[in-house]
Amino acid sequence: MSGIRVLVGTRKGGFVLDADGKRDRWTVNGPFFAGWEVFHMKGSPVDPDRIYASQTSSWFGQIIQRSNDGGKTWDQPGLEPGDLPNFDVPPEDGAMPPKVPSRFAYDTSPATGKPLTTHQWYDGTPHPWEFARVWHLEPSLDDPDTVYAGVEDAALFKSTDGGQSWHELAGLRGHGRGDDWMPGAGGLCLHTILLDRNDPARMYVAISSAGAFRSTDAGRTWRPINRGLVSEMLPDPTAELGHCVHNLAMHPSRPGVLFMQKHWDVMRSDDGGDSWHEVSGNLPSDFGFPIAVHAHEPETIYVVPIESDSLHYPPEGKLRVYRSRQGGHEWEPLTRGLPQQNCYVNVLRDAMAVDTLDPGGIYFGTTGGQVYASADGGDNWMAIVRDLPPVLSVEVQTLP
Amino acid sequence: MSVAADPVASVRVRLPDQLQRLARLEREVTVAVAGAVTQRSVLGALERQFPALRGTIRDHAGVRRPKVRIFACNEDISHDPVDAPLPAAIVRGEEPLFVLGAISGG
Repeated sequence: MSGIRVLVGTRKGGFVLDADGKRDRWTVNGPFFAGWEVFHMKGSPVDPDRIYASQTSSWFGQIIQRSNDGGKTWDQPGLEPGDLPNFDVPPEDGAMPPKVPSRFAYDTSPATGKPLTTHQWYDGTPHPWEFARVWHLEPSLDDPDTVYAGVEDAALFKSTDGGQSWHELAGLRGHGRGDDWMPGAGGLCLHTILLDRNDPARMYVAISSAGAFRSTDAGRTWRPINRGLVSEMLPDPTAELGHCVHNLAMHPSRPGVLFMQKHWDVMRSDDGGDSWHEVSGNLPSDFGFPIAVHAHEPETIYVVPIESDSLHYPPEGKLRVYRSRQGGHEWEPLTRGLPQQNCYVNVLRDAMAVDTLDPGGIYFGTTGGQVYASADGGDNWMAIVRDLPPVLSVEVQTLP
Repeated sequence: MSVAADPVASVRVRLPDQLQRLARLEREVTVAVAGAVTQRSVLGALERQFPALRGTIRDHAGVRRPKVRIFACNEDISHDPVDAPLPAAIVRGEEPLFVLGAISGG
């Protein structure tokens, strides 16, 4: 029988939730990396036992973890003792340290874009580009050793050796006018990476708060794709850059159709991001963080409305997922099994995902530590687990 | 007061909770340090002996992370030169070198 594995990143560790295809009885495994923030965990589409995790700490830095057994055991790729750098003697001026694991060094060479060293700070002044953490790990669709990382301060990195070493796809910052990017409230983070199963050269990323970007040459060059976005908070609400895109979603069978939860507004593009139009329709609030597409119904999409950018909780204290079966405009609340009073949690941008069983399942985690699952496309919900640390991310693997 | 180091000193190092969990270690470890016993040599020996700690106390350029502090014999030596000799009690293994995460909430 097929099975489901839900990968949950939290403020204080990672968890792996298992169920069989019925999705009614769950085993909670973890915490892994206890005490550390686990921003994201995601498995390889071609080898589900290969999972990558971003383990991070404001004190002790960034760690990339890797599992080859479906999350039972983990190791840091690249920690072979013979490969360790020697800091016992001062490095020569300008010398690059040897290859080290979990190292994300920005590429400032002119050959890969232009030597960007600053972005805009909140007050508009130039601010040095500083690596903080990996927000999102996106394994390649066809190679378990290739994985992309979206980081803060915003940039896109790639590893082709299973996470041992990382190099920046610097054309994103160089061609995307990175010196004009500015951080959102959560930092200047690249939080969304979409790979196109139909065209390996095409990929999309989103950055808060710079906007959405597209590459058609496997990440070498990029251009902003924000036409049609309107952000009243900006001096120029229709500017090419500066939109606080919270999340993007795409159905694998419809690579030209993109859905976006922006800071405010739910948006849709039918031309691969060349233009966007609003599909917020009858939502009680069009502020929110995640957006997801049903695995088998490319026009069925889900959002979790949040009251506002200052009130990071659901309208009326009711936790409601909203579903549109028309790709937007017309939305219905999904409430059965979700708290409908006194609920003031948030659902963060990477904390909703779908499985590929039939009927399709959908999952999300909250800042209150609940992970909810629906095995029937959102009609009925149950809490898999209720009292985890605040949930940062949820990913789902459908196992054979 | 400092003393000349033994050819190989056994230096005790206390680790913060997060790093114990990361490297699957006890609260205190002992590392063998050849030559002068300094912050640089002790942390280098620690990272060689326990590779999972690489990049956590010192960043990937070998610089102490801003929210990490180093204490020796109740003195904060975080800002001392990394090649300065450590106190004799550390060298002799009578006192551990403390690696701490700065207290800043959470």
